[in-house]
Parts: sequence; C-alpha cells; structure tokens
Amino acid sequence: MTVDAHTARDAELVQLLTPEGERLEHPDYPLNLSDQQLRELYRDLVIVRALDLESVALTRRGELGLWPSLLGQEAAQIGSGRALGAADMVFPTYREHGVAYCRGLPWLDILKLFRGVNHAGWDPKEFGFHLYTIVIGSQTLHATGYAMGIQRDAHAIAEKGETAIGDAALAYFGDGATSQGDVNESFVWAAVYNAPLVFFCQNNQWAISEPLERQTRIPLYRRAQGFGFPGVRVDGNDVLACLAVTRRALDRARTGEGPSLIEAFTYRMGAHTTTDDPTRYRHSDELEAWKLKDPIARVKAYLSRTGLANAAFFEEVEAQVAEAVVELRAACLALPDPPPQAIFQHVYAAPHRLLEEEQAAYETYLAGFHD
Amino acid sequence: MTEVTAPQTQAREAGTQTLTMAKALNAGLRRAMEDDAKVVLMGEDIGKLGGVFRITDGLQRDFGEGRVIDTPLAESGIVGTAIGMALRGYRPVCEIQFDGFVFPAADQIITQLAKMRLRSLGKVELPVVVRIPCGGGIGAVEHHSESPEAYFAHTAGLRVVACANPVDAYWMIQQAIACPDPVIFFEPKRRYWDKAVVDPEVPAAPMGDARVVREGTDATLLAYGPMVKTCLEAAEADERSLEVVDLRSLSPLDTETLFASVRKTGRCVVVHEAPVFGGLGGEIAARVTESCFYHLEAPVLRVGGFATPYPASRLEDHYLPDLDRILDAVDRTCAW
Ligand SMILES: Cc1ncc(C[n+]2csc(CCOP(=O)(O)OP(=O)(O)O)c2C)c(N)n1
Repeated sequence: MTVDAHTARDAELVQLLTPEGERLEHPDYPLNLSDQQLRELYRDLVIVRALDLESVALTRRGELGLWPSLLGQEAAQIGSGRALGAADMVFPTYREHGVAYCRGLPWLDILKLFRGVNHAGWDPKEFGFHLYTIVIGSQTLHATGYAMGIQRDAHAIAEKGETAIGDAALAYFGDGATSQGDVNESFVWAAVYNAPLVFFCQNNQWAISEPLERQTRIPLYRRAQGFGFPGVRVDGNDVLACLAVTRRALDRARTGEGPSLIEAFTYRMGAHTTTDDPTRYRHSDELEAWKLKDPIARVKAYLSRTGLANAAFFEEVEAQVAEAVVELRAACLALPDPPPQAIFQHVYAAPHRLLEEEQAAYETYLAGFHD
Repeated sequence: MTEVTAPQTQAREAGTQTLTMAKALNAGLRRAMEDDAKVVLMGEDIGKLGGVFRITDGLQRDFGEGRVIDTPLAESGIVGTAIGMALRGYRPVCEIQFDGFVFPAADQIITQLAKMRLRSLGKVELPVVVRIPCGGGIGAVEHHSESPEAYFAHTAGLRVVACANPVDAYWMIQQAIACPDPVIFFEPKRRYWDKAVVDPEVPAAPMGDARVVREGTDATLLAYGPMVKTCLEAAEADERSLEVVDLRSLSPLDTETLFASVRKTGRCVVVHEAPVFGGLGGEIAARVTESCFYHLEAPVLRVGGFATPYPASRLEDHYLPDLDRILDAVDRTCAW
C-alpha cells in the first residue's frame, strides 16, 4: 500500500510552532532559544522575504535576467541556515538565498549571477557556502565528496593525537531533484561511507509545473530508510522546527553517526522563476490554503502574543528592511558590465595555448574599431 | 623485463627499469601518492583487485582504503564526489573502468568539473584527474573499445591528454595529478603491455607538449595514444621518409610543434581511432590548413574510424586504422 506523499500528516510532521503561533514541544527536538534569538529569527525571515521580493521587482524592471523566488520557503532556509556552524559547508541549488544570507554572502553577489555579470563569483571557502548549482541534483555529490574529505581530515588530525572539530556538509535540493540519478547516487555514497552530511530537501510541492506525485509515491523522507539512514519530515514553514531538526542532524553528522535526510514540507508561494506562469498548472485555492501557514506570520503572532516583541521592534525591523531594499536596488543598478577580456579569465589555472591565442586575436580585432 | 616487487619504492629508488605501460602508470601513481598525501584514487575495483587492468595494483595495500577508494558502481558518483573531495583540498584521481562507461559521468565532467573554476572567478581549483582506458584492438565486447576524446576536447575548462608509451605514462600521470586544472587522461589499453625503459630521474617533456617521435622529410603523420605506435610501424615499413608526431596533449594542442613539422614536410595525414566525422582530425586539419597553407603540397588527409558505433570485435581490424590504410593515405597525399 502506498502512503499519501502529498499531505503532511500531523503524526509525521515535526512542528514546534503552529500556524497560529502556538509553541509546541517535541520530545526528540527540544529547543531553547533566548528572547533575543527568537526576535533575530523573525528579523532574518522578514529581511530575506523583502530582498527576495525586491529581486523579483528588479527582474520585472529588466535588471535581472531571471529570479527564482524563495517566497514561502523562508522558514526552511533560515531555520536550517541558522543551525549551521561556521566551519560547515553548504551546497545549495539556485534558490537558497535565505541560506546564503545566513552565511553572510552579500545579496548583491547573488544578483550578479542572475544579472549575467558572472556565473557566481564568490569564494565558497570564505562563506562556507558553495556556488549555486543549476543542474538539478549535481551538488549533492559534491557535498558527499566534501564530507568524505572532512572524514579524511579528521582521521589525519586524530593520527596526530588531536581532536578534530566536527565539520559537516549540508546539501539542499528540491522535491523534483529527488528523481535525479545524482541525488540517489549521493544517498548510496553517503550511506556506505557514513559521510558527515545532511540532505535537506525543500519539498515545495512543485518542480516547475510538475506536482510532487510526478516524482514519488511515498513521502520523500521515507526514502532515506531504503538507503540506510534516518529521514524526518519537518514543517518547512516553521522556522523553529527547521532549526531544531537541522541542528540534530548536524550533530549526528559531527559525532560520526552519518547522514540524514530532512524533508522540509513547504510551499513555493510564487512562480518557479520569473519566467514561469503558475496559473497554468495550479489552483489558486491551493495557494490560499498555504497562505494560512505563512512562515513569518506565525512567528510574529508568537512574538506578539508572548510579549517578546512590541510594536517598536516590528517598526524597527520594517525600517531596516526598507533601507536594505533601497540599498540593494541602487547597488544592482550600479553593477558595471565586465570587460570583454573577462570571457577568457579563470577558465584554467595554468597557461593555456589556445585561449591565449584566441584572446590575443580578439583583442586585436577589437582594437581595429578604435580611431 | 625486470619484475618490480618492492612495494614502496618501485621505479624511483630502483633506478632505470624496463616497465610495461601498465606498470609505469602504477609506478607513476605510487610516486604521486608518496609525494602528496592529498592524492586519493577512486574507482570501481581499484582496491584489492588493483583495477581490471591492474593499474592500481598494490596501492590500496600500501596506502590504505582511505586513499585508494573502492567506490559504488556509479560513474557520476565517482566524478561528482571527486569534485567534492577536491573542494576540500584533496587531489582525486578517478578511474573509469572502460571508455564506454564514462558517459554516466559526462554530466559531472562537462557541467561541473570543467566550469567550476570559471564560475568561481578562479577561487575554486579542481585538480581532478579522470583516467580512461581508451580505444580498441583487444577483442572486447561492446562499450569496451571507444574513443570519446573529442567530446572532452570540445569542452572548455578541461585538459585532455593521451599517453602513448611507458615513459610518457609514468611522467604524464604525475604531471596530470600535479596540474591545478582538471585533466582527462586517456590510456590506450592495447598499449598497456608494451615495454620501455623508464628512468625515474629524467622527466619527460611537459604533458602539454607534442613530440616528434620519428624524423622524416616527405610527409608528417600526426597521431596520439594507440595510433602513435601504428604510425611508427607504418613509417618503418615505408621507403619514404615519414615524420611521426605524437600530439600527447589533445586540449590544448601544441600547434607550434605540429605546424613546424608540416611546414618542413609539406604533407600531413592525421590518424586516430575515433570516427573521422566530427573527430579531432577535422580540427587539426583545419588549423594546419589555416597556418601552413603556403607550405602545403596537398590537402591534409584524415584516417580513422567509420561513422559507426565501434564494431563487434571480429570486425575491428577493418575499423581500426592499420599500416595499409595509413600508407594508402600517404600515397594519396604524395601523389597530389
Ligand atoms: C538536469 C536539469 N534538468 C532540468 C532543469 C530545468 N529545471 C530547473 S529548475 C527545475 C525544477 C526543479 O524542481 P525542484 O527540484 O523541486 O526544485 P525547486 O525549483 O522547486 O526548488 C527544472 C526542471 C535543470 N536545471 N537541470
């Protein structure tokens, strides 16, 4: 008998904060946050939503070629992103702007990619955040290999009689990606090598126009069992639950217990990207139902109800957001096009005959247009 | 031939040795692993078995399972995780068991390995080597005798090389591992058992350079990998004075060395096992024509495989360029 993959059954779903803003306890996922930490989570959520909406607006104005919006997935990204340690390495898809934000990556660096200034350009080591990956699922293998490197580093350190700080890798992917060979290969590898790795699937219910039932007949988190490691489904619109569940999985990875799969059950509120038209394939009542589970509204309700934040705090956040948005727009508009020579740069580390020849020829050609 | 048994020190301390190409590759890998603890080998059956061609023989015994990794049977996984290991500071050397099985890994090689350095504006380096036993002539079943080099040579961001003899095998594998760029490393499997004297003190030329392996004046034969030996045999058998150039690097090409030879002889035949159509021979012919036009006495000719999948082994003697087909092309170019 198949289990319905498409409804988040309460018994299966880890939830610490209800859509109404009520705090729940879960025996496996205790979470103690200070008042300050709770307010900061709210701030994160609001800022990334605003920067995301601004990025959509920039695309509509023709300033970006494309934008994959994270609208609706803020809690999954901020919750998991804030669970990471400084030395951990994230392997994202193309939609993890909220995680990038948690890692300290300037939003403008992401815009450069979608504006066509470069193909990424940031230093993954500096931020513990690898390059965005467009080809679906590829990055899960990179994360696995990286985690195998962590294991070898730890072994080398242990041989010297020292204790290694446990780093971990965290790979993000979507529900559609779970159909890819690479994702399934990475499950096999991570399992057989017991790699210090967390797989974080944001099940936002849609892969462009294809619904979840086109990818699976069982809840995605249950796939992990078949590969030999634990899987858990978490309310992806609940920032506290996402944080607690990811923390626990990272702890497992760090202490040598191997990989885990987290399925964050969430919803893509916007279009797949700015070129997509979701009205062609999904009903508006679905969207309306998910709006009631909004990841930000429930934190606000909780903060207000418990008196952890007052109107002045919410106003301050609003003001900060308004400023960040204006800054982002100005910075985006000021981005210069790279010089033509940039085409030839960074393809190879060592000198390359053909490229040098082609660059010299093209520069001579361009020089012919002057005077 | 001196059988090499000493595990840790093979070619280096034993001095000059006569080695097969297979043993030379093994010795080269061993030396690279001794020199750099970050070098790790990954592939199917490369541990206890030493690989289906025994190229990694004894390396797991001596360096452990952490450095000679028997992987699950997933080529995309091999290259994809090698990329991840390289991101963590390792220098992975992947073995693809046979040429025809590299295609499941083609995605990781083409979309990821080749492009990541550029995408990071040079902040990420991927010193990954992908070793591929290539070509036919060993009577194998299908998918075991292919020549996929043009796919990879066409992919910017990769370096593609092919060794043709034990000396180059020994040195080029070490150069490939030391290279900061990803290298697709082709090993002509039917030459694995050819022997030569390898001197561990005298490095071969850099892997990016072509080499004139036989001097001549009447025509130039351009070849790489398995066809170098065939071309040398053809040149020996012919009464004309034929120059043979081993390309060694397929991407980038050492065009200077090729052009110098063609300018000298005025005639050029490019020989490879891969199908002629869309093969590297077309690229080389175009470049030679463009740069040596006034020195050419005849059009550049190509000899290679047919526009068919690699045939069943009872037919491979017809498919693979041999002395007669090479010399027939030389006849045609000289008759121009
Ligand atoms: C290998 C590959 N095939 C197709 C695409 C085109 N594509 C981009 S995103 C996407 C849907 C991915 O869905 P999912 O994995 O659920 O992630 P989501 O975008 O919903 O976050 C597709 C088909 C691609 N980028 N890569």
